Amino acid sequence: MKMENVDREPCGMHCIKISDINVRFGKNVILENVDIHIHSGSLTALIGPNGAGKSTLLKSILGEVNHTGKVSFRNLKENKEEKMTIGYVPQSLNIERDIPVTVYDLFASYISNYPVWFKKSKKLYQKIREQLKIFSIEDCIDKQVGKLSGGELQRVLLSIAIIPMPNLLILDEPVSGIDHNGVRDFYKIVDQLKHKNDIAILLVSHDLNLVKKYADKVILLDHKVICEGTSETVYNNPRFHEIFD
Amino acid sequence: MNYIYELLNILIPFSFISYAFMKNALLAIIISAPIFALLGTMIVNKKMAFFSDAMGHSALCGIAVGVLFGFANHSLSMIIFAILFSVLLNFVKDRTSYGADTIISVFTSIALALGLTLLSFGGSFNKYNSYLVGDILSITSHEITYLFICLILVILLWIFAYNKINAESINSSLSKSKGINGKLYDYIFSAFISVVIMLSIRWIGVLLINSLVILPAAAARNISTNTRQYHIWTVLFSMVMGISGLITSYYIHVPTGPMIVLLLGGTFFITFIIHSFAQS
Repeated sequence: MKMENVDREPCGMHCIKISDINVRFGKNVILENVDIHIHSGSLTALIGPNGAGKSTLLKSILGEVNHTGKVSFRNLKENKEEKMTIGYVPQSLNIERDIPVTVYDLFASYISNYPVWFKKSKKLYQKIREQLKIFSIEDCIDKQVGKLSGGELQRVLLSIAIIPMPNLLILDEPVSGIDHNGVRDFYKIVDQLKHKNDIAILLVSHDLNLVKKYADKVILLDHKVICEGTSETVYNNPRFHEIFD
Repeated sequence: MNYIYELLNILIPFSFISYAFMKNALLAIIISAPIFALLGTMIVNKKMAFFSDAMGHSALCGIAVGVLFGFANHSLSMIIFAILFSVLLNFVKDRTSYGADTIISVFTSIALALGLTLLSFGGSFNKYNSYLVGDILSITSHEITYLFICLILVILLWIFAYNKINAESINSSLSKSKGINGKLYDYIFSAFISVVIMLSIRWIGVLLINSLVILPAAAARNISTNTRQYHIWTVLFSMVMGISGLITSYYIHVPTGPMIVLLLGGTFFITFIIHSFAQS
């Protein structure tokens, strides 16, 4: 990791307001009156049981799922709304092991219009290499995406998500495929990103211990916000024990 | 067109080229092989083989609609039908949750049945039998022009939209976060597939069309590790086996379409064996 680790308080000059999100699929209520505030420079962890609507909430913020309610990005200092950019790290990709797509092909498809089936562009190749270098995975650039380890793939996806650096980074953590050390390293990287770039991070997580260590704020979701606050507050809530014990 | 015929006469020193129908067939293969190859790479990656097969079967309905409304120009009525059909199919697919394969089956069954019913009105389906197996030697210069326009359009699509179609197929939420309107590109890509397939159905036939789309890309995937190799091998297999199939079929008196498919099938198994050895 080639980022300096400057420890500073979140500046919190920007706030992402997710207000009154409702999502229904037919008669099923997936999300009900979800209100969340996320400040820049802070990591908010979203936890909850399977099928609680965590991924749906992320997709609503991305604008991929039809929903009511509003997502806005406010500059608190000047008290005005600004346009927000979102980076997204998906849980998994729709690929097979043997797919003839390298990390270069994958990366370039998302950030460039220069066709990836054409002769490699040196400039683009160099740019992608530099970006991968941030997470020390520049040697993966010519590897097939399906043959990366879970940890490598997650870093590749993270480096795609932060070019250009977004205001809000949304991470949907994989349920499997990465060992415990890999998950811990990932949290460290995300923590450094947060401090260095003052971005807001929303993370769907399955590792309650790491959440406790790294999250500034925890939200327990089960179709609606059950409780939110510091990890201590949430972990002591009776509903938390009902769900996770 | 005459210039091209002259050029073929000069370039190819074999007796078969003296026939006008062989010149047309050769031109059709040279133009359509890269079209099938390029579309095939993405159809295989997106696991849309069933969709393209279904489009082939629905082509009968396109012909029937043209006949019914008295379009003199079958190609045009089929293109319009192809675009409407693929857009409607995608629209319904996006609004239901029981899987693409079911919706494709529903649409194709209806289109196929409607096509057969309309075309055999008065008991005369026999004259449309050629649409089932196709006849490459009957292709006209008029149809070759349509194919050529298709080739140009597919190349343009590949230059301007390949990355976006690829991005959408790998993860649609991720492409959404990058500001890519993936759904739009999905619709455009499906419309391209259906138009190309409908235009080719008369000389390749409903039963074989999907083989020409899928086999070159499937064979190339066995031995490719990146997008560039994948494209080169697919186009190469498609061209070489297409032309060899035409020439072989001329000399040993077998239908051209099946001959090309057999050669491509052989290519698939050879690359599959190479792949298996490379793995171990």
